Amino acid sequence: MSMKPDAKVVLEVKDLKTYFKTDAGVVKAVDGVSFSVREGETIGIVGESGSGKSVTNLSVMRLIPSPPGKIVGGEVLFEGKDILKLTEKQMRSYRGNKISMIFQDPMTSLNPFLKISTQMIETIQLHEKDVSKQEALERSIEMLKLVGIPSAEKRIQSYPHQFSGGMRQRVMIAMALSCNAEVLVADEPTTALDVTIQAQILELIQKLSAQMGTAVILITHDLGVVAGMCDQVCVMYAGRIVEKASTDELYARPSHPYTEGLIKSVPRMDTSKKGDRLFSIEGQPPNVIDLPPCCPFHPRCNRAMDVCRSVYPPVKNIGNGHEVACWLHVEEQERAQALANDKQEEKA
Amino acid sequence: MSTNKIPLLEVKDLKQHFPITSGSILQKQVGAIRAVDGISFDVYPGETLGIVGESGCGKSTTVRSISQLYKPTSGTVKFNGVDLVKADHRTMLKARRDIQMIFQDPYASLDPRMTVRSIIAEPMVIYNNRKLLEKPMSSIEIERRVEELMERVGLNKAFKNRYPHEFSGGQRQRIGIARALALNPKIILADEPVSALDVSIQSQILNLLSDLQKEFGLTYIFIAHDLAVIQHISTRVAVMYLGKIVEVSEAVQLYDNPLHPYTIALLSAAPIPDPQIERERKRIILTGDVPSPDKERNGCYFYDRCPKKMPWCSCHIPPMFKMNDKQEVACWLYDQTDHSKTTMEEAQADAAKVQN
Repeated sequence: MSMKPDAKVVLEVKDLKTYFKTDAGVVKAVDGVSFSVREGETIGIVGESGSGKSVTNLSVMRLIPSPPGKIVGGEVLFEGKDILKLTEKQMRSYRGNKISMIFQDPMTSLNPFLKISTQMIETIQLHEKDVSKQEALERSIEMLKLVGIPSAEKRIQSYPHQFSGGMRQRVMIAMALSCNAEVLVADEPTTALDVTIQAQILELIQKLSAQMGTAVILITHDLGVVAGMCDQVCVMYAGRIVEKASTDELYARPSHPYTEGLIKSVPRMDTSKKGDRLFSIEGQPPNVIDLPPCCPFHPRCNRAMDVCRSVYPPVKNIGNGHEVACWLHVEEQERAQALANDKQEEKA
Repeated sequence: MSTNKIPLLEVKDLKQHFPITSGSILQKQVGAIRAVDGISFDVYPGETLGIVGESGCGKSTTVRSISQLYKPTSGTVKFNGVDLVKADHRTMLKARRDIQMIFQDPYASLDPRMTVRSIIAEPMVIYNNRKLLEKPMSSIEIERRVEELMERVGLNKAFKNRYPHEFSGGQRQRIGIARALALNPKIILADEPVSALDVSIQSQILNLLSDLQKEFGLTYIFIAHDLAVIQHISTRVAVMYLGKIVEVSEAVQLYDNPLHPYTIALLSAAPIPDPQIERERKRIILTGDVPSPDKERNGCYFYDRCPKKMPWCSCHIPPMFKMNDKQEVACWLYDQTDHSKTTMEEAQADAAKVQN
């Protein structure tokens, strides 16, 4: 749970933009997202549905269906190398080997017709050509044991439907880690699971990350999960990161009105009382088709100013590595300047 | 709230088993899924009973059996003194007016081909046509009521001719709530009404539900798997595991002083959105998964996963122990006789004796 400032940066995403062309207009699903993860660190990406958290990570894996989607800008640096420039063939050697992914729904991401052993051996042999089938099988069993599947030697010969949801998610994690990936992207890994199973899986991810030094990108909508798991958090809204800070800092000092509202609107087991009214952010998340170039949160924000309605706020560092994109944290003078510039542009 | 001691709804020993059949032509019953396996509870007017538990524990089946969407295998469900399990069609129709449901999936529970107006008006139209309303409603009155309901749940009445797909998830849930309110029900059975919604929308719907409760004096049975949501909305909470209720308590007591080992584990597993608290908390990680509900059990249903199990628990089903007037728990740890010293042989001998 500590920041690891000395560990080396494994993955760095710089100004990533992924757009989708639809009949109704261009959807800017991800619009200028930047973050980085260090070895052994867990970074959380939080946001509501449609905020672009999954598309961000599918872009990192280069799994965006194209058309309609396209990565139109930015860089994804893995150990300093931009993987967006790789050919599809080169990229295949990165996926699984270097960056691995687990998905929300463990049932649809395993092949129902093949035994777990077949699927795991295939994964290992695909990535490491010189491993024999027997070796791959032994390694698979080893991995299943590591993720806590009882009598792994026998269970590896089962089909996915013979496992429960939590067990299937364990199999997915075992597969994702079987090639010693350095980055694990976990897209809502516990959303489909029950709380007691969720606790098991999260503990497992945490343990493996500490043991193997894997960097974890955890995508979730659950602020509780983030609080327990992550070193750093990025809050996304309408395709952009609106706030980024260490977990402690973010919960102690939420500085974007959206983050603040989000934290206040979740009922809490330890403090809230029956009969209290929950704080709620009025209105709906915006439609991301043809968003105007202003702060997308302004229609729901109770502190919106003129400048919020016309110009997108710049990202400001407010100390302790805490970054926030909100006009409230910008000097009066700069705000007035931005508003004036915008008015002038409009005239021209 | 529960000082008014005449229950609105009394559920006694309710069982809902679903047959497992095999064979293609001559379907033979080879077993049963014991989705709900003998549960009893009362619901008092004006309160909110929260039901919490993991998937497959029978929460949804319970409310569906109460509203007689499934015919219960055995047991009684008394609403205002009338047993719904034995009720005829006409009595049931009348009772359904007072018992309404809100479903989890706002996308699947609204007919995509009906306009919002006809969705909300449908219950009134049906009861009006069958002459089951005290005062017949004219179509203008129905129209006015639809508009009133839409405004009450926070929908713009100008949208009444739109179709469900034109609304967002939260707005659809509001349509479902308006439909449930149309006939002025006494009790609303809400089956995971906020689970499919985003965090910021979830709090809007929770606030709406509590406002409506105050305004119309509604009684709720509220199902959720999110413990914080349950705590926020409930007066009393029932915790279910594998088709059984393991603990029923006033909400405050349940969260301050959980008794059943399962409740304790469940509460400790639920994340709290505060990194400092999270770091200091001790988690009880349960091992294993929820077992399949297709077996008849003669011991505690939680035995396989319980961190505090005793040999005695393996062959004796715990009854509900009333701890005080606010907490009831089904766990042998709270029996007056101490079972912790009993060995497996003694326990089994005792169980055999009881059976004979």
